[in-house]
Amino acid sequence: MAPTIPSAMAPSRSAGRPAWPSWLRLSWSWRITWIYLILVLFLPLGAMALKALAVGPAEFIRLATQPEALATYRITFGLSLVAALLNGVFGVVIAWALVRCRFPGQRLLDSLIDLPFALPTAVAGLALAGLYSKNGWLGAPLAAWFGLKVAFTWLGVAIAMVFISLPFVVRSVEPVLRAMEQDQEEAAWCLGATPRQTLWRVVLPQLMPAILSGVAQGYSRAVGEYGSVVMISSNVPFKDLITPTLIIQKLEEYDFASATVIGMVMLAFSLVSLLVINGLQVWGRHWQTNPVMAG
Amino acid sequence: MAPFRRLLRVLPRPSASFLVPLIAVLYVTVFILLPALQVVAGAFAKGLQPFLENLTSPDLLSAVRLTLLMGAIAVPANTIFGLAAATAIARRQFPGKALLLSVIDLPFSISPVVVGLMLVLLYSPTHGLLKDVVGSLGWKIIFSWPGMALATIIVTFPFMAREVIPLLEEEGWDQEEAAHTLGATSWQVFRKVTLPTVRWAVLYGLVLTTARALGEFGAVAVVSGNITGQTQTLPLFVEDSYKQYNTELAYGAALVLGGVGLVSLLLKVFVERLVGGVKETKPMN
Repeated sequence: MAPTIPSAMAPSRSAGRPAWPSWLRLSWSWRITWIYLILVLFLPLGAMALKALAVGPAEFIRLATQPEALATYRITFGLSLVAALLNGVFGVVIAWALVRCRFPGQRLLDSLIDLPFALPTAVAGLALAGLYSKNGWLGAPLAAWFGLKVAFTWLGVAIAMVFISLPFVVRSVEPVLRAMEQDQEEAAWCLGATPRQTLWRVVLPQLMPAILSGVAQGYSRAVGEYGSVVMISSNVPFKDLITPTLIIQKLEEYDFASATVIGMVMLAFSLVSLLVINGLQVWGRHWQTNPVMAG
Repeated sequence: MAPFRRLLRVLPRPSASFLVPLIAVLYVTVFILLPALQVVAGAFAKGLQPFLENLTSPDLLSAVRLTLLMGAIAVPANTIFGLAAATAIARRQFPGKALLLSVIDLPFSISPVVVGLMLVLLYSPTHGLLKDVVGSLGWKIIFSWPGMALATIIVTFPFMAREVIPLLEEEGWDQEEAAHTLGATSWQVFRKVTLPTVRWAVLYGLVLTTARALGEFGAVAVVSGNITGQTQTLPLFVEDSYKQYNTELAYGAALVLGGVGLVSLLLKVFVERLVGGVKETKPMN
């Protein structure tokens, strides 16, 4: 018999084989799904959790809060926040330009937004390192005019994080802005609102769930980013070393316990941010269908 | 503060403003366009001839081969998983469905480096949880291509499932029911009814999975050991050449890799146009 996907297609038909208890009667599609998830996701996750448990609680806390690790958290989580907020502001401006304005080069601008998602991170890292190096197109003038050194400093790390998280806010605000009725703005204008009042009281509140969701996604992405940061950073602890790079350094030093513990911290952050992003998206949908209730 | 105030004043009346597009264009130029041009300029810094010579470097060719191998393993495996998961999950309601969907999404929010770390902690011959099993079977997983392929699979497996599941949920059951009633076997139904229904979603998923599989860096970097000519994929080769001050070679490889990204972006737009559905943007790399 050819491999079949029987009861997945017709759940009600799965009765008939009496030998198996019902919770074991799985269709082929379920079996493939579970086996794959166990091999590819649960087993590695479980290995890390067990290794972290073996460390013991006191040692876990000591390793998770060792000064070197704390410094990387500050750099990673702090700079990612700066990058995500910067993109939050400029993402709205870009989305506005794409939806409400007409100008030459708009289509090109629209396509360029997707580039950070499509470009492999190693390419992005190399490009940014070259661009901001002391002979680079932007690195040279910045150094000459302002005495700013970007490559191999925390500033470069921040710029790589801006690059990698730029599309999130634009792409989450754009559809909401497109769907928004312009009547409301006209109504506000008719009722005597100044443009600034219209912006702050009518437009931005409606965009807020989308903005926050985009900022959260960008933040989460920037925190976990490795490829585009590692080449522009000098990877010196306490200066511009990010947490993912610290994990790799710990592995290279055969300090598996530290790597595991710091990895668990990153994993915990990922899970929390996944929850927050899901919550924000639910809120956004709710807001769009019933803004009064959600408010 | 003053220019910011001016920006706020003009925002609600975009027809009268050129400031908003100007700021948008400047921001995107500095953060996206210039880096992209930098790759092209870097690759051709010494002209076309050295660029072409760089492309034939044996280490680069071996990196290209390994990168293609990663794609050749991860893409079919994840396609099978994505289709199986979609047929299993999409069209029924059960407790924990939302949780299962979030679990499938998990690799998108975990840092690639942590994905690599998990594999090392599982399969490392000295410190891994399964070190006895791996050792007695004589497998070499970490610092070798199986581990790298596994890392690639983990970071790319949500793409296909995420594209196919929503489409199947929308389409409903009627056609499959009809086929069943007319006497088709389940496999026939899957092949002749379900698969054609989801073909565009599958194509879309293939593009996204391939792009990410060929471009993955962090997860593969942790498990590869980065041995030139042996366990070096193209993204690792880019970083390594750059670190060795072999800048032209790095840019040459980056241009090839960036070309892959660009082609996948074009294909994605092309599929979106064909389907005519809503445009969506998700990280491909």
